[in-house]
This record gives sequence, structure tokens and C-alpha cells, in this order.
Amino acid sequence: MAEYKWPDADKRTQIGKRIARLDGAVKVSGKAKYNSDLNRPGMLHGKVLRSPHAHAKIISIDTSAAEQMPGVKAVHIINGVGFEIRWAGENIVAVAALDEPTAEDAIRAIKVQYEKLPHLVVDHDLKIAGEWATPTNESKKGDYEKGFAEAEVIHEGVYGMPVITHCCLEPHGSVTEWEDDNLLVHLSTQAVSGIAAQMATPMEIPAGKIRVKQDHIGGGFGSKFGPDAWDVAGAKLSKKAGGKPVRIFLERDAELMVAGTRPSHYAKVKIGAKKDGTLTAWQSESWGSGGPNGSGSPPLPYVIDIPNQSRKHVSIANHVGPSRAWRAPNHPQACFVTMSALEDLAAKLNMDPLEFVLKNKALLGTRKDNYADELMLAAEKIGWKKTWHPRGDKTPGPIKRGLGLSFHTWGGGGHASDCDLVIQPDGSVEVRMGTQDLGVGTRTALAIVAADTLALPLEAIKISIGDNRFPASGGSGGSTTIGGISASTRRASLDALDKIFEKAAPTLNAQPAELEAIGGKIQVKGDASRSLTWAQACAKLGAMPITVRGKNPGPGPLTSQGVGGVQMADVAVDIETGIVKINKIVAVQDCGLIINLKLTESQVYGALIMGVCWALYEEKINDQTTGKTLNANMEFYKLAGIGDIGQLEVHMMTGKGYDERGVIGIGEPPAVSPGAVISNAVANAIGVRVPGLPLTPDRVLAALETKGGR
Amino acid sequence: MNAFEYASPTTKEQAVKLLGNSWTEAEVLAGGTDLLSLMKDHIVEPKRLVNIKSIKELGGIAGTAKSGLRIGALVTIQELLDHPRMRKEYAALVQAAEGISSPQIRNMGTIGGDLCQRPRCWYYRAGFGLLGTQESGEPLVPNGDNRYHAILGNSGAALFVNPSSLAPALIAMNARVKIYGAKGQREVALEKFFTAPTTGSQREYDLQPNELVTEIIVPPLARAKSATYEVRQKEALDWPLTTASVVLTMTGNTVKAARIVLGHVAPTPWRSTEAEAAIVGKAVSEATAEAAGKAAVEKAKALSKNGYKIQLAKVAVKRAILLAAKGGTR
Ligand SMILES: Cc1cc2nc3c(=O)[nH]c(=O)nc-3n(C[C@H](O)[C@H](O)[C@H](O)COP(=O)(O)OP(=O)(O)OC[C@H]3O[C@@H](n4cnc5c(N)ncnc54)[C@H](O)[C@@H]3O)c2cc1C
Repeated sequence: MAEYKWPDADKRTQIGKRIARLDGAVKVSGKAKYNSDLNRPGMLHGKVLRSPHAHAKIISIDTSAAEQMPGVKAVHIINGVGFEIRWAGENIVAVAALDEPTAEDAIRAIKVQYEKLPHLVVDHDLKIAGEWATPTNESKKGDYEKGFAEAEVIHEGVYGMPVITHCCLEPHGSVTEWEDDNLLVHLSTQAVSGIAAQMATPMEIPAGKIRVKQDHIGGGFGSKFGPDAWDVAGAKLSKKAGGKPVRIFLERDAELMVAGTRPSHYAKVKIGAKKDGTLTAWQSESWGSGGPNGSGSPPLPYVIDIPNQSRKHVSIANHVGPSRAWRAPNHPQACFVTMSALEDLAAKLNMDPLEFVLKNKALLGTRKDNYADELMLAAEKIGWKKTWHPRGDKTPGPIKRGLGLSFHTWGGGGHASDCDLVIQPDGSVEVRMGTQDLGVGTRTALAIVAADTLALPLEAIKISIGDNRFPASGGSGGSTTIGGISASTRRASLDALDKIFEKAAPTLNAQPAELEAIGGKIQVKGDASRSLTWAQACAKLGAMPITVRGKNPGPGPLTSQGVGGVQMADVAVDIETGIVKINKIVAVQDCGLIINLKLTESQVYGALIMGVCWALYEEKINDQTTGKTLNANMEFYKLAGIGDIGQLEVHMMTGKGYDERGVIGIGEPPAVSPGAVISNAVANAIGVRVPGLPLTPDRVLAALETKGGR
Repeated sequence: MNAFEYASPTTKEQAVKLLGNSWTEAEVLAGGTDLLSLMKDHIVEPKRLVNIKSIKELGGIAGTAKSGLRIGALVTIQELLDHPRMRKEYAALVQAAEGISSPQIRNMGTIGGDLCQRPRCWYYRAGFGLLGTQESGEPLVPNGDNRYHAILGNSGAALFVNPSSLAPALIAMNARVKIYGAKGQREVALEKFFTAPTTGSQREYDLQPNELVTEIIVPPLARAKSATYEVRQKEALDWPLTTASVVLTMTGNTVKAARIVLGHVAPTPWRSTEAEAAIVGKAVSEATAEAAGKAAVEKAKALSKNGYKIQLAKVAVKRAILLAAKGGTR
């Protein structure tokens, strides 16, 4: 029986190294086919008529003109008469036609009568939310009144961040087609194995008849876990059109309006400490919204477990496209509010926030020592000692520089995952798994684990994923993929190796337990003279391949959960224009044992880039009068370009104290802090808190105004 | 996009015949970087497109240091930037063009198209008409999200901002625009070319549906100092929040004459005679430039959400003056 653990550091041949992604070449050369690139034979183009109103009832629908239009092959009503529309852009009717322009003409020819109902699409002011606001969470810990009585310095502030979208480069959508009564779905998804079950009910067919395929995805960030109404509509249109493939991928405006958002979050905070910085109490009244389902309740105060707390949260169910999981749901919101309040209190205490946090280290939970190490390391890399100054850069001229810090946490334990490792008698190795590569390097990670375990080069491992006919593996959410897929693959590889040892042992005149895999050979431990090449050993399988199933969860400490990270930012603010530029961001992050250092760092870079976007630019702007999203385009829904991002430095914590935790996910944690850390750096630069994100010139100038002139 | 007829004349005489007598009949197609998006969004729905890119005489930059420049309407923004004389003699125009920070737009977009492009007001672009009104006729901008709207010249019905970054620079340079139409040739000062519409069926410039912009005439500027300062949030492709273009004629450090024009602050490019008066006769310094900036926004009036633009306009004017006095290089 194999011992299910990761190899010791000195035995790792691939694990933890910097390895370029295996699909890099096909991606940069354009050979990689995303599902939105597919052009299947005879493919029809689908379009969806969307509601112009944020809240309305459908009174009548007349599709006759569309149906009679030459080139239109099928019409399907998604939401019919009597349906209550709860956001602008809601799906009403889908049409499939020979080409896109015809489909577009067809949906424009459909006549829908609406009865308009009152709507709410803004959320910054709780007072105007009225009946749509519901208290969802009220909790206390310790005695917050006593805590504030003990406090010698108290800070009160209001902080807020708006609804933003996921802004996937590849929009949501699918190409669906029928082969007899089997449905083939090429879906842009984060959950290849989980789609069939979700589609079976609306399609009224057994899940076993639904095949889901995806080689590459252009972004999901939490918004692509299920088939959407338009995907189901596509499959129905395809059926009506005799099974012909139907392509429906959202237009950019629809993508920004209806394909998911991150809920807004606003909070009134009161926080108190003793003069020496010891935190004593926290009180927050927060609210947020994210469409008809309201908002979650972000975990306030974040990471730092202040002894006495009172928290209230109100969720506003308003009339905008519904929220979906967005990279570390609830954490960026909680982090921004908490870190801002901490920094503001530190300023009031006349303390360096770094010292202030370290003073309260005991409140940082089980990984407090890791946080302390990460804080010190980040401080060194950003030059905290040299560059940090008390609030307000006193150097002359309009450009003010400041530093800020933030820290965060996440779970990220491995999800359920089945892995089939197939070894052919000629020595070929294939990993089969119904997982997906979100662009993060899942293929590469699978190859690394199998290759390291079997002592083979990376190229020797064929990776087959992105198809629900392969063994089921969890959706890529909650940063659970790497923990799950690496553990199941490690178990499969170790078990397979045992089988090869069994077959090879007689030839080597040894017991299977005496063998090891090393450098492409199977040999008696420590004795290179008694060895078989991998191919010779596999030849002992005879004519038949072996397939070994590895599972997660399973035996051995291969994955666990709980990570931390610290970020520090260095910014420059033009106080005459309110424009914020990033000089540098340092991210120090732990995530247990790292499978591929290069792509792990790459995840952190990506999170920082996304973070600069929402810290400085992103905001879904909804118009209360018309109920519409005014910036459902890439001109005014602003994202950073390369020149806006500044210098990024990433440091992963590895080695003792980290590797023993096993493999833990990384996608989400580094995406938590950027808003907080940039906002804190701006406050340090200009001497006043800009209470809202994104840090646009209007907000920065307004904050400077409250400070009393520039 | 609706079906349309496509014509590709090779002379301006043919082009004008193909244009209609009302705006709904035909549209001029140059680089298409604005027009095609408007058509895809059904904001503009011409029955015929008249492509002017095959009309040779509408291209090219010509002229001498003495005579000034003649810039054909089809000259692309990138061609402006690449022209050897531009950078030295027409810094304000080059800096304005550099603000259009997308190579794709610079390669396709033309100077004529930049001047005639339609407002970016998001109510207009969402189908609420040029002036942004509800079905009831109630205007949307005053009570809506007007963070990017006008702070000057905003007492009428038009509250959008003129989107052109090149126009303020050209107006500061006292450029003229040549127009060819069914009734022949005419020439207007670019400053007079832009108008604030009072109804949604008017255009934002002085053109008849059957007229074309053929060229822009820029007087010689070799001895003036010019600059454009753009306040733009992002380095990457982004619309200016405000721009200021200035042309200063100086004796030593003293300003003898000035033309100061702001962009993205009003329904038309906004010439500020107040700012000009504030700087003329003065030596350029932080203080005098600041005073000119203040003068530029004296009459500014904030809508509900765009008060910050008053500050931006003030700073843009100040910085453009300082930049120009330094010789136009940052
Ligand atoms: C994302 C984005 C960012 C941008 N940022 C900026 C910016 O910062 N500053 C800026 O100034 N511009 C900016 N632009 C606008 C860009 O400069 C214009 O789209 C471009 O200059 C238009 O030129 P075109 O030749 O493509 O015009 P077209 O799209 O072909 O035409 C635009 C309009 O002008 C009319 N027209 C064109 N030529 C003539 C002519 N000769 N006579 C009469 N009418 C004519 C057309 O009928 C149409 O109504 C941006 C555009 C985009 C898409």
C-alpha cells in the first residue's frame, strides 16, 4: 500500500518548480479553440430578446413577424405572458436564424407589451430601499458597549463599494446540438462535470444523455457554474431546428447586464482601541445589494477578531441583473471595510498601521505567526520603513505618495475529484478527468503531479480534461480545484505505480515494496544496476492497459484548507485632478504546498490586475429613472490597461510551515485585498479617506474637499 | 444593423449627389469607428452609406511654414501624428491626437470623422435621443447620471459634451473648415462650426445633410507656443474628462495673445475668452496660469454629479498654459 503523502522537498522533480503552462503555445498562436470560437457544420445563430424594463409584467408577446422572417429557423419563448421581469436585460424570447443579422432582425420584430412596475436599481442609500430592504443578519460577540467604554480612541466611518461585474473576456454562452436524442453542449463553464445534471430538468431528458465539452474558457471568475437560461433556450431552439447546432454567446452589453455581478457593500463602522493600539470593540451596520436575491453578509470584522462586536446587515433585493459568486464572495467587501476602518483608527491613534496590526497580532487567529512573517516580508519589499509617513504626504507639489497595507484569508481545500490514470503497455500515460482549465494551468498541474510521481518527463503525460465523459471532478469555485485534482491524481499515480512495481518485481528479483520510480526507471531502491526502463516495466502489463482510479477526498494529508496573505501598495495621487496611479503593489501569499510556482504567481498577478481594475475604475452604473445600466460597454465600464497597473511583485511563502499543509487553492485569496490596500495607500498619500470605491477623480476630489481644500 | 445601400464615389461631386436632403437618408462613412457602432446600436439608421474613402482629394497634408497647413478630411489620426512638421509646429494638435490612445482608432479614425463624431452621452447611446429624453419629453440628464456631462454652456437643452479632442486644439489654432455641398463650396471658422442643438433632430455642427467636410486649414503657427493638456483617468484607452488646448504668442515670457479652448466640458468645444483675457499681458507663472484656469470656469455650473469637472477644467487650463510656455514638451 502506498503512503499517500507528497514527496519531501529533496525528492520533488517537478512539483514546486517554475513550469510554463503546457497550453501556452496553442493559446498564443490562436490554435486553442474556445467554445465561442466554434463554427459547427450547419450552425445557426441565436439571439435573445431582452427586457428594456427593470421591473415589469409581460402582458403579451407576438412572435409572428419573427417566425415568418426568411432565414429564421426557430423561435422559443423563454419567459411568457404573466412573467414578472425583475431586471433590465431579462431573457424573453430566443430566436435561431441562419446568420446573426437575421436573428437580430427577428428579435427586433417581436412585439412585447409590458406593464411597468416600480423599480429600484440603486443601492448606496439604505433610506430609499424601502420595502426592498430586509435585515438578514444580526450578531453580537462579547460586550461591545463595554468594549467601547474601554476604548480611549474611537473612529467612526462610512465605507462603500458598488456593484461590479465579472467582465469575462469570453462571454457566457454555448453551442448546443442534438445527435438523435442526445444533447451535445459546448458551454463556456467552470463546471464541466456538473452541467448535465443541471440541464436535465429543464430539458426533460436524462442527464446521461447530455454531453458537455470545453477545451478552454475565457474567464469565469465565479459566474459560470451553471447552464444559463439562454443555453437551455439554445438547446430547445436546436431541437426545433432538427438538431442543428445553435450558437448563443452574449453580446457585450448583455454580458455586463445579466451575466453576474459582485454585490455592493456599504457599512457604517465604529471601531475603538486603547491608546496603545489594543483593539477593544467593533460595531457595524452594513447593507448591500446584488439584484433580486439581495446580497450576502460579508464577514465583518475581517480576519481580525476584535473581542467585542456588534454587527447588523441588511440585504437589498433590487432590480438589477442577479449577482453570482465573484472571486472570493463577500471577502473583498469585508476586507475593504475592515482594513479601511483599521487604517483610519491607526491614523487617529497616530500609529503606523503596520505596528498597529502587529500590536493586535493575537487577534489574527491560528495563522497569526504566518501573518506576522508575511507583514514583515511585504514591508521589506515595499520599503515601508523608508517610505511610509504619517497621513498626508507633506512634500510640495500636486503629486502625493502613500503606502497602505491589507491582509486576507480564504479556505481553498480540495474539492471532490475522480482521476483515471491510464497506463498502456507501451508506457503511455494518460490522465482523464472531467475537470476544466480555467486558464490557471490545470492541465499543467495534472501533468506535474503525475510526472513527478511516476518519475517521468512532463511530455510523457497526456492530459484529457474538459469532457463530462471523464471521471467527475468538482466545479472550479472556491479555489478548490488544485487541492482536489492534485490529490486525486497523486493517489491514482501512487496506486498505479504500485501496480507497475508488482509487475516489475519478479524480473528485478525483488519485492514490490523494495522498488522505486526514479529518472524514468523502475529500480530497486538505491540500486541503479537493478532497474527497468519505464517502457520495459510497462511491457509487463501484457496486452491490456490498466486504469487506476484516484479519488479526493481520500487517505493521507494531501490537501487542507486555510491560507493567508498580505498586500502592500505604493500609490501616487494627483491632488489637483484626483487621479490615482499605482507605483507598486507587493503581494506575499501562502497556499500550502505549491505544485507550480510560476502559474501560482501568475494567479496572484492576475488577482492584482483585476484588483487594480475594481479599486480604480469598475462600477456598474445603473440609472434609477430608466432602470438601465448606462455603461454596459467597454468604454465606460472601465478596466485597466497595461500602463495603469504599475509594478507588481509577488512572493509565495513556501517551505517549512507551509508545505506540510498540503495543496490549497490560490485563485481567490489574492483577489481580496487590492481594493483595501489601494484605498489605504491613497488615504496615506492625501491625508484623508476616500470612503468609496472605485477611486475615481470625482470621489478623490470630493474627499479632499471635506478635508478643507487642496 | 438595418439593411442599407452602400455607395463608394470617387469624387466629392458624386458624393454630394448621393447624400440626401434629410439626415435619415444618408450618412457619410469615413473610418467608420464611430458611425458603425451607432448603426449597430440602431442609434443612426441611414438608408444609404456614402463611403468617402475613395475620394483622393480628401486625403493628404500639404502646406508650408508660411502658408500654414491644409489637412484633408480623410487624414487619419495616426497620419497627423506621423507628419514631420506636426510635432514641432503644432504641438497642441499632436498632444490632443496622442490622447486618443488606441492604435486601432488612430489608424482608422479620420480628422473629419473626429470633428463630426456624435456625442458619447450614454443616454443618447442607449436610444433616448440626442438630448436624452424620456417618452414624456422629460429630460433624463439633469436628474440622472451626469458625471461626464457639461459644466459650461449647459443652460440649454443639450447637456452632452462635444467628444472631439482635436477640435479644441484646432480652434485654438484658429483653424477653418472647408465644406463642399450641393450648393458648392464654403468655408467657416471651426470655432463657428459647432453648435448646441435645441432639438433632438438637429446636429451638433453646421453641416447640411448633403454637405461634406473636405479639409481643415490651419494657419502658420511656427512662432507660437502651443499645448494640449488632457485629464484622463486611465493611461489606456479612455475618454478625456476634460482637455484644454492653448496657443500662446509670446514676447519673452509675456503673453501677447492667447487662444484657449476647452474640450469635453460643453456641448461644443469651449473657447474661454475669460481665460485668454486673464493671461494676456502677463508673464506665465504658476500664479497667472492658475488665475487663467480660475477665469475659465468662472461661469461654469455643475449639474448634480459633475461638479468635480469644474476643478478638472481649471487644472487643465493651468497645466496647458504652463506646458505651452515651456515649449510644449512635457
Ligand atoms: C473607444 C473610443 C475612444 C475614443 N477616444 C477618443 C478621444 O479620446 N478623443 C477623440 O477626439 N476621439 C476619440 N474617439 C473617437 C474617434 O476619434 C472617432 O471615432 C474617429 O475620429 C471618427 O473618425 P472616423 O473616420 O472613423 O469617422 P466615422 O465613424 O466614419 O464617422 C463619424 C461621423 O462623422 C461623419 N463624417 C465623417 N467624415 C465626415 C466628413 N468628411 N464630412 C462630413 N461628415 C463626416 C459621419 O457621417 C459620422 O456621423 C474614440 C473612439 C472610440 C471608439
